[in-house]
Amino acid sequence: MDTATMAHTNVAEHASDASPLLLHQFDDVHQQSESSILGMWLFLATEVMFFGGLLTAFAVYRLLNPREIALASQNLNVPLGCVNTMVLLVSSLTMALAVRASQLGRRKDVVRMLLLTMIFGTMFLVVKGFEWRADYHENLIPWINFEVPHHQAEEVHELGLVPAKMELFFIMYFFMTGLHALHLIIGIVMLAIMAHLVHRNWFSGSGAVQIEVAGLYWHFIDIVWVFLYPLLYLISAH
Amino acid sequence: MSAVAVEPRESVAVEENYLSDHTVKSWLLTTDHKRIGILYLISVTLFFLVGGAAASMMRFELMTPKGDLLGSPDVYNRLFTTHGVVMIFFFLVPSIPAVLGNFLIPLMIGARDLAFPILNLMSWYVYIIGGSIAIYILMFGGVDTGWTFYTPFSTMYSNTMVVHAAIAVFITGFSSILTGLNFIVTIHTMRAPGMSWFRLPLFVWAHYATSLIMVLGTPVLAIAVALIAVERGFGIGIFNPNLGGDPVLFQHLFWFYSHPAVYIMILPGMGVISEIIPCFARRPIFGYRFIAASSLAIAVIGFVVWGHHMFVSGQSMYAGMVFSMLSFLVAVPSAIKVFNWTSTMYKGSIRFDTPMLYALGFIGLFTIGGLTGMMLSTLAVDIHVHDTYFVVAHFHYIMVGGAVMAYLGGIHFWWPKITGRMYSELLGKLSALTVFIGFNLTFFPQFVLGYLGMPRRYFEYASEFQVLNVMSTAGASILAAGYALPLFYLLLSLRQPPTAGKNPWGATGLEWQVDSPPTTHNFDFTPRIDRAPYAYSPVAIEGFDGYSDHGSH
Repeated sequence: MDTATMAHTNVAEHASDASPLLLHQFDDVHQQSESSILGMWLFLATEVMFFGGLLTAFAVYRLLNPREIALASQNLNVPLGCVNTMVLLVSSLTMALAVRASQLGRRKDVVRMLLLTMIFGTMFLVVKGFEWRADYHENLIPWINFEVPHHQAEEVHELGLVPAKMELFFIMYFFMTGLHALHLIIGIVMLAIMAHLVHRNWFSGSGAVQIEVAGLYWHFIDIVWVFLYPLLYLISAH
Repeated sequence: MSAVAVEPRESVAVEENYLSDHTVKSWLLTTDHKRIGILYLISVTLFFLVGGAAASMMRFELMTPKGDLLGSPDVYNRLFTTHGVVMIFFFLVPSIPAVLGNFLIPLMIGARDLAFPILNLMSWYVYIIGGSIAIYILMFGGVDTGWTFYTPFSTMYSNTMVVHAAIAVFITGFSSILTGLNFIVTIHTMRAPGMSWFRLPLFVWAHYATSLIMVLGTPVLAIAVALIAVERGFGIGIFNPNLGGDPVLFQHLFWFYSHPAVYIMILPGMGVISEIIPCFARRPIFGYRFIAASSLAIAVIGFVVWGHHMFVSGQSMYAGMVFSMLSFLVAVPSAIKVFNWTSTMYKGSIRFDTPMLYALGFIGLFTIGGLTGMMLSTLAVDIHVHDTYFVVAHFHYIMVGGAVMAYLGGIHFWWPKITGRMYSELLGKLSALTVFIGFNLTFFPQFVLGYLGMPRRYFEYASEFQVLNVMSTAGASILAAGYALPLFYLLLSLRQPPTAGKNPWGATGLEWQVDSPPTTHNFDFTPRIDRAPYAYSPVAIEGFDGYSDHGSH
């Protein structure tokens, strides 16, 4: 008697609300969607720590070398960075509209909004690509062709700044924006798959849970940029 | 009594269980948490042998004060790096969570599987990819930085395969993240009806705390080693002070993960001990809520003590004082656990079966490891013994005397559940005793050596240290025999028919009410839980009649 702590609930009881897309380990759809959403939040927690380590490193270096980092940052294209920030913020809006549409069961709107989100994401990458290309022509790429820009050479010399510390800024800049772009590419691919599946009516309903989980990831990428933009571009803007 | 007896289900036990399908494909594509646990069991055992071989060669070298056996210090440097990297990233971190945690958590909370079975399988493949790179490094050159990869040595001076090692560690980290994520979601959403948070076995609480560290700590290690790889691979300065970088920053990033990683290794072990002690003392666990909460406290405080690795690295004195005090603080929840286990045994009807011997060994050795840790978190004492064998002895008392003892205790405790077989109890007791004696003989002399000033990571030493070093090497041989023994008799037990029965130890956990080995879907019915765990009573022992199945009387 002491070891018997179980009572029975027949599995068949749960069969009534089983949908064809209910995975075998879950009892009902609610448990399944709760797990998916919590899983994505935890994944985002790991991402916060991942970028957090980088941002900490950047903060330390900015404190250690304030003048070089500020000077190097002036070589970034603030208007283009600003445009990109707005593009990503708008993509978050269309993503939120896609989530809303999927909750209302409007499949066509879901697909439309997902496509718009992907277009904004791609626009961001294109602008970023032009920025990187300009950096290459201005000899700002560490390891490949970095040298202090001519218009700053005098200032660097006068103040006795260390060019290598300006290069350090660009190492962090390319590492962080590169990592962010990689996340964005993964996000675009993910949304493409989602749009395809919603279009094919693969999900039960309009994939409300799946779109919500994808949306969490997308908003996270946007938030990372919201931190990166001021930290990298606006250092010397008072 | 509101509990309803479980109906016997012998017919199911004879027909099939999770081991029934024998094809290789069924193993490599399995999403069954129990089978993935077995895959991990086999792989971590192989890595344990690799790491153990490296340790044995080091101990043989240290028999004599002159460097004679290995020929050059370079070989010795590669050996201790191999030993550290393999044992920590490929054995200790995955051992209890990925083997026993994978196997037991769904059974303990009454679920059919983890929340994300495919992710679970993926974590094993990620682990194997990282492990393969580690083996590749081992065969084609090795690494000589130590498992800590300190800059600037790792980025500017070492001529070994540091980038490969960074990639291996980076990749393996993701297997740990996936496991932790899976556990947290599973514990939140998959508990059976009635399995409230304070009815969870303490093994599950310990794994919840461990998973938090895995999820929040591992990404920081990933970024630290990624930066090392980028700096080395591209020859640019990230941690190079000449270029504006800061080598101490690397140490901060590294220890932000790697100190909590110590708790990734020990917390699951504490979970195992919390299961074994009440079962073999026939007493409800003492202070259930305190043990559960202390697991979380260790996870939380463990995140803010990393600076005690850097007392002599040029960290500010005030930071050192704060980290020192926080390190004292993290000992409180550990002590709470030790006192509660001891109180559990008070007036119990203690049986000295193999798992209990391992558990008792754990309590003693972990206490020594913990108390010497207090000595090390004292600033002045740490400066005296920093980078000596005192530190080596301290963390081996925690990781080997603690985590490995708990792992072996857990393997012996749940072996009948995992395989359906009992092993030779005599050989089991012999192994526990051999490991305990061998371990103490290996590592106790190292406390003395370190206190006398013998530095770690050297392949030569002053000749007055030889006696203690010979003792340590002799102990290592005994320890190796103690580890080889279970490998032998546990494998031998697989030749017998599965007759262990559902509940050979008379334990109360939910996992003991299903068949041994369990069926693929664990439970034929969704269990409903109506009482707290560890409902042991000394009276029950009178009805205990050895190792037969009596789960249904």
